[in-house]
Amino acid sequence: METGTSRVKRGMAEMQKGGVIMDVMNAEQAKIAEAAGATAVMALERVPSDIRAAGGVARMADPTIVEEVMKAVSIPVMAKARIGHYVEAKVLEALGVDYIDESEVLTPADEVFHINKSEFTVPFVCGAKDLGEALRRVQEGASMLRTKGEPGTGNIVEAVRHMRLIMSQIRKVQNMSKDELYHEAKTLGVSYDLLLGVHETGRLPVVNFAAGGVATPADAALMMHLGADGVFVGSGIFKSDNPEKFARAIVEATTHYDDYELIARVSKNLGTPMKGIEISKLSQFERMQERGI
Amino acid sequence: MNIGVLALQGAVAEHIQSIERAGAKGVSVKKVQQLDELDGLIIPGGESTTIGKLMRKYGFIEALRAFSGKGKPIFGTCAGLIVLADRLEGGEEPHLGLMNMTVARNAFGRQRESFETDLDVKGIDTPLRAVFIRAPLIKEVGSNVDVLSTYKGEIVAARQGHLLASSFHPELTDDYRLHAYFVSMAEEAVKQTKA
Repeated sequence: METGTSRVKRGMAEMQKGGVIMDVMNAEQAKIAEAAGATAVMALERVPSDIRAAGGVARMADPTIVEEVMKAVSIPVMAKARIGHYVEAKVLEALGVDYIDESEVLTPADEVFHINKSEFTVPFVCGAKDLGEALRRVQEGASMLRTKGEPGTGNIVEAVRHMRLIMSQIRKVQNMSKDELYHEAKTLGVSYDLLLGVHETGRLPVVNFAAGGVATPADAALMMHLGADGVFVGSGIFKSDNPEKFARAIVEATTHYDDYELIARVSKNLGTPMKGIEISKLSQFERMQERGI
Repeated sequence: MNIGVLALQGAVAEHIQSIERAGAKGVSVKKVQQLDELDGLIIPGGESTTIGKLMRKYGFIEALRAFSGKGKPIFGTCAGLIVLADRLEGGEEPHLGLMNMTVARNAFGRQRESFETDLDVKGIDTPLRAVFIRAPLIKEVGSNVDVLSTYKGEIVAARQGHLLASSFHPELTDDYRLHAYFVSMAEEAVKQTKA
């Protein structure tokens, strides 16, 4: 009997496919998310749009909140640790969370190194803007990936950019010859073996979800259309007028992402989605996606 | 043989791959209308609360009870096993309620307790590599249910006529013998309908 094998950790992410993972800040929100059909919840002290508004240093959530959420629902509970913060991750593992997000939404603890995730029993999800970042995170032991769409903006444009780039890089790698692959591994800063795997299978070695800026059911469906395996929704749900209805609509639009009549139906009368921020209005220092490459 | 995989949420592609290795055609199923074309259906692993809710919403509960009523085989893995069960521990409402058994969800604990192991399964000649992820357990079965496998004294695979269930994920390894077993159940059911 073996725990924490890569098959067990990656398999857990496979079970999330086609699903929606929702940010929640307390037990009540977690129950709403579960009742709406979320496949997991992310326990947070503040959602990204509040983190952005508050400024200062954003850290791992208070363990009380994480435990409260774990007690409230039977679906998996995820929580965020700062990039490179080994101890926050160990604390979350000790609490028994089901997945750790080593996340750029929090203020990075280490500007050079990510956590060595392969030595943990609990699996990790990490953000990636391109194939190089994606494979570097997998090399460090990430069992799941997600785009690094600009968190808390309600603007899907960056998540779209990341998903499109990764998909096009995969197609390019698929068509390379062996000698081109050696060079490409060097250019991307990734191991040759991992790149060879992408070349042979035409896909990433782990599940890749959309995250950052998903604000409507149509946004979620767009990301699925572009090849995402599932969707993280952060500020979008509990910053909307009617979180319960909104959450259910996102779940349905993710499952039936190519049924446009259904998406039209679930999108009716959802009230005002979160206001959103135009990306070009953010300074380079406010762009969370530049953290931890 | 056309074997469907219920594709409302969960690990669909892996099951389709295993079915095709076992020599049948795998079909991703999102609408009840597709059920008519199928000789058998797999309900995959995923989150049982999500899958159950979407099944209710899209009319799969009645449609699959009718599907099963025609003797067409259904195979539930992990969340799919929970969906098939007639009784859930903790008083949760059952979903399809087709298999005469009591199931406990998340019976091994949280994700850090998830594991893989070699497992003997009745009808498969040598042990299977079985992957358990936040897996359920079958706590008790009715007299019409055949226990196919146990782990540390607890039931992890069972068969009731044309219904098959496993706590673990046969689709996460390259070993497709349990899928081949299910395909032969579907072939058997087709023969019986013709006879």
